[in-house]
Amino acid sequence: MARYEIYVTYKPGIFDPPGATAERALVNLGYQGVNEVKIGKYIRLDADADFDTVSEMCQKLLANPVIEDYRIEVVEGA
Amino acid sequence: MRFGVVIFPGSNCEQDVIRATHFLGFDSEYIWHGDTDISGFDAIVLPGGFSYGDYIRTGAVARFSPVMSEVVRFAEKGGPVLGICNGFQILCEAHLLPGALLRNQGLKFICKSVNLRVEENTCQWLDQPAGTILEIPINHNEGNYYCDAQTLERLDANGQVVLRYVEADGSTADGGSAPNGALDDIAGVCNERGNVFGLMPHPERVVDPLTGGTDGQPFFTTIVRALAEVSG
Repeated sequence: MARYEIYVTYKPGIFDPPGATAERALVNLGYQGVNEVKIGKYIRLDADADFDTVSEMCQKLLANPVIEDYRIEVVEGA
Repeated sequence: MRFGVVIFPGSNCEQDVIRATHFLGFDSEYIWHGDTDISGFDAIVLPGGFSYGDYIRTGAVARFSPVMSEVVRFAEKGGPVLGICNGFQILCEAHLLPGALLRNQGLKFICKSVNLRVEENTCQWLDQPAGTILEIPINHNEGNYYCDAQTLERLDANGQVVLRYVEADGSTADGGSAPNGALDDIAGVCNERGNVFGLMPHPERVVDPLTGGTDGQPFFTTIVRALAEVSG
């Protein structure tokens, strides 16, 4: 059994309304130096599957390659 | 001529489509998403709603419902497929239509009547002349159409952009007229062949004058006429 942590984010150039809203809110709260906020998804997956299979899962279902990028991290010793 | 209206778990506009087609005097019947035989139908409609709770992404799970492999095969043979709202999102996820529907730019669920301009197009589902203005309601949280620049260019060149959001007089406001932030004000697109059509507005809600208008009628009458001509 392996543990994978998957981060799904919008591709560069795609407007991220929740991120933009959080960004404005932080600036309104007085935090100086907030440059950009992007909000994505975190998926934890425990599976008897190799990295390539998890990549396939991302491409087929967990992310939409038209609008999203994904990054898979393997968690050691989980 | 018989419409098949697919019910996914979480669909909620299937009855409206059935009623609209019956109102216009057409035959239609429900198809359960677990069915794998759609041979009795001449046109397939994927209705609006929140299939699978919109989990992961809108339409992402419905795309893998058993009936969808048949719908894809039907579409690839040239069979007419219409996706309304969530149905449009499912067609994009299934790669039957290009692009994707993102969350509305203003982060708000929008439910209101909008004005749409029919563009020069090759869509088999709509025979209204280019420039026609239609008033049809939208009802969605993820209607912000997106595709990359290359795809947009191809869509325009092939006449695949069928409907654009406009002002009441048919013009485009500074900064665009899409209430949801849709790229280039796009409200509906078809595939290159013109048999698969997806749109965010709900034409099935405006076929009976009693409930607010008849601008949705051509979305059902066009395909019936086209199929009648084919079968001659």
